[in-house]
Amino acid sequence: MLSKDPISPAALLAEVAAPELGGTCLFLGTVRDGPEDSGITGIEYSAYEAMAMAEVQWILGEARRRWPATRIAVRHRLGLVATEEASIGIAAAAPHRDEAFAACRYVIEQVKQRLPVWKKELRADGSVLWVDPQGRPAVVGPA
Amino acid sequence: MGQIRLKFFARYAELVGAEERELSVALPATVADVVRLARDEIPGAAALPERPLAAVNLRHVRLDAPVADGDEVALLPPLAGG
Repeated sequence: MLSKDPISPAALLAEVAAPELGGTCLFLGTVRDGPEDSGITGIEYSAYEAMAMAEVQWILGEARRRWPATRIAVRHRLGLVATEEASIGIAAAAPHRDEAFAACRYVIEQVKQRLPVWKKELRADGSVLWVDPQGRPAVVGPA
Repeated sequence: MGQIRLKFFARYAELVGAEERELSVALPATVADVVRLARDEIPGAAALPERPLAAVNLRHVRLDAPVADGDEVALLPPLAGG
């Protein structure tokens, strides 16, 4: 589930594929350098790994109880992830598209709220920032 | 007394200068008691928030959750996964 290697969408899709599942939703979250982000070259991800593994299993269990016929696969990157590369990938396959979209959406929203993962933005000017999605990033100094 | 393994991550680990510390606490105690004791006794930990996110034995808990001898208590900076 946690991996330092690039996320393979094809591998995620292969994990959930089954003949009776006619709708598959693939979500990729990628490292962004938007106009307001002042030159992000990459993000260093770290985690409380044992808890993150346990928490993902709880989240997947909840999703399977709500949408019993779905198959779901998740990967989250750790370590340095360059701009435009995926930091998270989720594939959800269900008999029909409604459950596939709903299960995929449920997993990413719960991951955002509950997974003990942290990110440090590396910027082109050499500065390094711990990201707090609820507030302003905390400047911790030059890289 | 109970022995608690206290874990720090990301920015909190940088502030404390360590990823893990052992702490002896008088029982019964809550996570809030552990946080208070840590901020008083562990060098650098006074910079941690008074009410951080916390986990006990890999599960998210509220600060009024009890702790027991041998528990692993983690103080979690604002989560940023995904």
